Amino acid sequence: MAGDSVMSSYWRGLRDGLPFLIVVGPFGMLFGVLATEAGLAIHETLAFSVVVIAGAAQFTALQLLTENAPTLVVIASALAVNMRMAMYSASITPHLGGLPLWKRGIAAYFLVDQTYAASILDYEKNPDQTIHQKFAYFLGVMTPICPPWYVVTLLGAWLGESIPPSLGLDFALPIAFIAMIGPLLRTPAHRIAALTAAVLALCFAWVPYNLGLIIAGLGGMIAGAQTEVRLGIKP
Amino acid sequence: MTGTPELWIVIIALGIGSFGLRFAFLGLVGDRALPDWLLRHLRYTAVAILPALVTPLVVWPTATEGETDPIRLTAALVTLAVGYLTKNVFLAMGLGATVLIGASALF
Repeated sequence: MAGDSVMSSYWRGLRDGLPFLIVVGPFGMLFGVLATEAGLAIHETLAFSVVVIAGAAQFTALQLLTENAPTLVVIASALAVNMRMAMYSASITPHLGGLPLWKRGIAAYFLVDQTYAASILDYEKNPDQTIHQKFAYFLGVMTPICPPWYVVTLLGAWLGESIPPSLGLDFALPIAFIAMIGPLLRTPAHRIAALTAAVLALCFAWVPYNLGLIIAGLGGMIAGAQTEVRLGIKP
Repeated sequence: MTGTPELWIVIIALGIGSFGLRFAFLGLVGDRALPDWLLRHLRYTAVAILPALVTPLVVWPTATEGETDPIRLTAALVTLAVGYLTKNVFLAMGLGATVLIGASALF
């Protein structure tokens, strides 16, 4: 029965998504704590996780908000961190592009690092699935990842309210970012992109409105792309 | 920062923008391919913008009013090294935080 196989795809997805709870749990919690430490109310913190639903971009926006960066710079920088979502969207379209618009809308909203990575792996491993099975699998993966993201953010926000601000959490956000950078440095092109951006950020720190960040980010992207071409790296 | 219109502008704009990025191809473009040069640059956005954001914070920390602090610098380098070598984000965070807290308690 087709219905049965759709349900079994859902459960298979759920099982594959479950391990990501280990990542999502502490990460969302940390966002909740740091956001309330930065002065956000609990409902504002939760709204951030529900509306934006993207870890690294949320941390970026939070950091720049605490630096009182101009609104446009906050938005541009956080979206730049999220730019990879457009690549996920492009890459998953051959699999889910045939769905009705509202289902594509749902898939787009829940398209995050973990749901993308698990789904694309499964679609490539099991190419014979129908589009309905693929969508069910996607929803299965999403179930233990996205709703828990909201819940742990809320838990973190409650926790954050009870932590005194003097506890020296000022450096927790930089530490969190640096920890995220390490695993991204996969190829020489990635390493050169990161190094170039870091050096440019120091050189252009004097530029007003935090625009040095945008300059450094663009410089790093160009350096990475150039390195990829010159060294003939397969991404 | 709480209760300001700016915060809500950021939340809503990021919500729309992030959804737009995710929906761009799935919803609108179909499976037409992006130009290679654009994809090549997009691949390096996260790995460029995150170090650009964090390096000045490490070198000139807010808490010390911009004075370079050996403890924070060491904690940052430990975090980076552990993250790079183990690919484990939480191990890196944990060891970085341990260095930060441990060294602050010692000195």
